[in-house]
Amino acid sequence: MTDAGGDGLVLEAGVPASSFGALLRARGLDPRWETEGEIDAPEGTTVLAFRFGEGVIMAGDRRATSGSYVAHRSVQKVYSADSYSAVAISGTAGIAIELVKLFQTELEHYEKIEGRRLSLSGKANHLASMVRRHLPMAFQGLGVIPLFCGYDEQLEEGRLYSYDVVGGSYEETDYAATGSGGRDARLYLRTKFTDGLDERGALELALEALVAVAEEDTATGGPDLKRGIYPNIVTVSSQGYAELPEENIAEMARTVMERI
Amino acid sequence: MTLPFYVPPEQLMKDRAEYARKGIARGKSIVAVEFADGVLMLGENPSGTLQKISEIYDRIAFAGVGKYTEFEQLRVGGIRRADLTGYAYSRSDVTAKSLANAYAQTLGHVFTQEVKPFEVEVMVVEIGYEDEQSHIYRVTYDGTLYEEQRVSAIGGSADELLPLLNSAYREGASLQDALGWTKSACTSVAGGTVTGWEGAVLDRTLGRRAFRRLSVEEIAAA
Repeated sequence: MTDAGGDGLVLEAGVPASSFGALLRARGLDPRWETEGEIDAPEGTTVLAFRFGEGVIMAGDRRATSGSYVAHRSVQKVYSADSYSAVAISGTAGIAIELVKLFQTELEHYEKIEGRRLSLSGKANHLASMVRRHLPMAFQGLGVIPLFCGYDEQLEEGRLYSYDVVGGSYEETDYAATGSGGRDARLYLRTKFTDGLDERGALELALEALVAVAEEDTATGGPDLKRGIYPNIVTVSSQGYAELPEENIAEMARTVMERI
Repeated sequence: MTLPFYVPPEQLMKDRAEYARKGIARGKSIVAVEFADGVLMLGENPSGTLQKISEIYDRIAFAGVGKYTEFEQLRVGGIRRADLTGYAYSRSDVTAKSLANAYAQTLGHVFTQEVKPFEVEVMVVEIGYEDEQSHIYRVTYDGTLYEEQRVSAIGGSADELLPLLNSAYREGASLQDALGWTKSACTSVAGGTVTGWEGAVLDRTLGRRAFRRLSVEEIAAA
């Protein structure tokens, strides 16, 4: 309607009011690439999530690899999506981190404009469409596969969603994992998962699973006691999103490492 | 052939200003008051869902009075602008000053170029970190931008509210106290009865997103 010059305030009528992604596309600011052939970019590896008594817990190792090299030792793969949900990433790290940033902005943007948060399934669906839009890049070896979990404020329970490379979104009942060590993590959780764990028990299981996966998968980094690099572990419950304190994770990591 | 009427520009601006002022005077006022942990914004609002006070960004809030659809346009535009800036650069690069300037530009442009001016007055509030000052900007229907200290008011009864608030203001007051005197100022200006409150705070103790709406009970209890 009104454009008050280059740095002015533009109020378009044609853009869906509450979608930040649509706004970016309308301005031509959304990330787009047209590349030929395959590129080797650092990849993030194992992330997992499962339900426990109070909600859901989500954990990720810290290693990013490029081929058989360790590209980074302390990458963050688990993020808050908003105050009642969390998202973890696997696949091409740089693109996945950008996807998370866009997803976080999108959720907050919607919340501010509409005056309410998106429902949990609304958030999960939106993430699916963001992954789907990346499909052409997956063909070039730059795929991104997230894992999403949150506390459903209407149903009053924790829920988790896994995705595939074409943007398929699957709600999981108890546990989910993705990344290079995702298969190993699922196998471990299948045998060890029990209903209604408390927070300490959930933290223990999450670390055990990551340590077990790190034994099998070279692209997954276990707890690095020497450098003090530990997995990122967060919970989402009726109290909202919370990052577990690093000293708790470090203490539990030492206990778990001694046992194995 | 008929000649178009000549209207002197002074007369044109005067008529537009009068039109806008009349529209704004029909609405209820909103005030902003600094307290120990941030800034309190409060106003009379009979509707529980059509809100006049809103979060724009981590430490920035917006309030508008006058015609709802018009300040709502400005509110949405402000959120878009803030989110785009924060996404393209960094969260700390989103400032109230830049936003208030954009509002001033837009309102000034509409006032002179469009068929009718916006019948709105808006406020942009930003809280500072621990030892920094908070900023309260006020933009009028014609795009005039003011920076205000400690207390501010927009809307039809702003001129009556300001002396009351200034005399009641105490530096470093608790939220309870600030709510108390702000409420009594609004009530006395409204003639003793208020049909529903809308209130929110920017509170620097809340972490990254400092905006919080006050519940009806919380306002009633003060």
